[in-house]
Amino acid sequence: MVPAESYRGRFERALRSGRPVITCEIGSPDGTDPAEVRKRAKLVRDYVDAVNVPDNTGGVVHAAPIAACAILAQEGIDPILHMTCRDRNRMALQSDMLAANLFGIRNILCLSGDHMIHGDQPQTKPVYDIDSVALIDMASHLTTTGTYLSGREIKPPPDLFPGCAAAPFAPPYEYRPIRLGKKVEAGARFVQTQIVFNVDRFREFMGRVHDLGLDRKVPILAGVAPIRSVKAATFMRDEVPGMEVPDRLIRRMEAAGDDKKKREAEGIAICVEIIEEIRKIPGVAGFHIMPIAWESAVAKISRDARLQPATAAPKPPPDAPVPAPIALPVSAASLSPVQR
Amino acid sequence: MDTREHVPAMLEPFGRVLRKHPKVNEQLNRAMAPFENSAKVLLFSCNMCGQCLLHENGYTCLMNCPKQIRNGPCGGVRMNGHCEVLPEMECVWLKAERRSRVFPGRYLFVRLHAPLDWRRKGSSAILNAVAGFPGDTKANGKE
Repeated sequence: MVPAESYRGRFERALRSGRPVITCEIGSPDGTDPAEVRKRAKLVRDYVDAVNVPDNTGGVVHAAPIAACAILAQEGIDPILHMTCRDRNRMALQSDMLAANLFGIRNILCLSGDHMIHGDQPQTKPVYDIDSVALIDMASHLTTTGTYLSGREIKPPPDLFPGCAAAPFAPPYEYRPIRLGKKVEAGARFVQTQIVFNVDRFREFMGRVHDLGLDRKVPILAGVAPIRSVKAATFMRDEVPGMEVPDRLIRRMEAAGDDKKKREAEGIAICVEIIEEIRKIPGVAGFHIMPIAWESAVAKISRDARLQPATAAPKPPPDAPVPAPIALPVSAASLSPVQR
Repeated sequence: MDTREHVPAMLEPFGRVLRKHPKVNEQLNRAMAPFENSAKVLLFSCNMCGQCLLHENGYTCLMNCPKQIRNGPCGGVRMNGHCEVLPEMECVWLKAERRSRVFPGRYLFVRLHAPLDWRRKGSSAILNAVAGFPGDTKANGKE
């Protein structure tokens, strides 16, 4: 185990340092192997200040991100836990926030959540008891007052660092900065935006955000992602609401051809160009890389775009011997079907 | 959030009665809710959440949003301004934003709304506003 002091609050320290902050997202595990999380974390840990783990992205069930984040914390990485209002009511959300804190997770990205209609189990009952702005408000209420929403005391009080998302590419464009202001008013301490492909639209958005003074109140990390193939690009354009992929980029991907090496290199080149362009926009405090199940691209992007984490990474824990599996008093086969 | 700011002060004694006598409130609700319901459903496709924000949102019921977002719109609005869940429906927040420019109370459109108190669902929002129930601190954990 890595001592908690080395990673806990690293993300906040990085944001306060004034240097550009780099975060990235790793996929939450689609199975029950903790080594899978460690493998993905190893690919990105040297290049980022904090790592996001999404919560049932696209309405498709994965392992709960709180477990993946707990593993990241054990590895000495400051995790950012995505929390959505889709699956849990306000009671479950509060208890999950405390649970996150118990595991050493303090950064929480508050989201509404992708609707399950896009996922593989659209018959599910949507919860949406509260919305993302109320969720931010809840996280900051828990931290600042040290009480639950009911007013009952939490001992000791949680230490949360709530953040929010911004969607500059979904209409109504002129209202988006105002809504971001609402989130900041509710207590968001950092912002991670949707993936930027249309830099012009993002520049307009940031200009308005700057006029409102929001970029001086909270650090805003611009979301970037490498495109892996033409198929991925058209999928993001047509199927993912709130994402804008200009046809220019899709044509470039088409021109790169079908060869895997070539098109991946082109996707990374596009991502690096976008990063260079965003760098010129005032008010951007860093980058949030969303490799979408392509964690190895983070290293290439940060090398090509000369991105450096704002804080030095704590040393990874020494490779501990794998603990022997716990012997069960009775084998599963000897139980009756009911017990099993 | 305190909805009483829109209620005339002369109704305050009535509100006090409603708060003090839950039975009276219940009976009046039973009489009033169906009328309020039918009128608001006809005019604004209201969902009877009991904590009406119509006057703040250009008379557009936000509870028609599939995610029931009270501080919207979410990041999933399609490029044509339609809902990500119901592709044939215009995003209620886009509609509300457009309409709030015409109706008075645009300044209220941008303020933070507390989460819904689900106990009040189906009850008369007018009676609740007079009684000051949606601003109930215990219910929402907010002043």
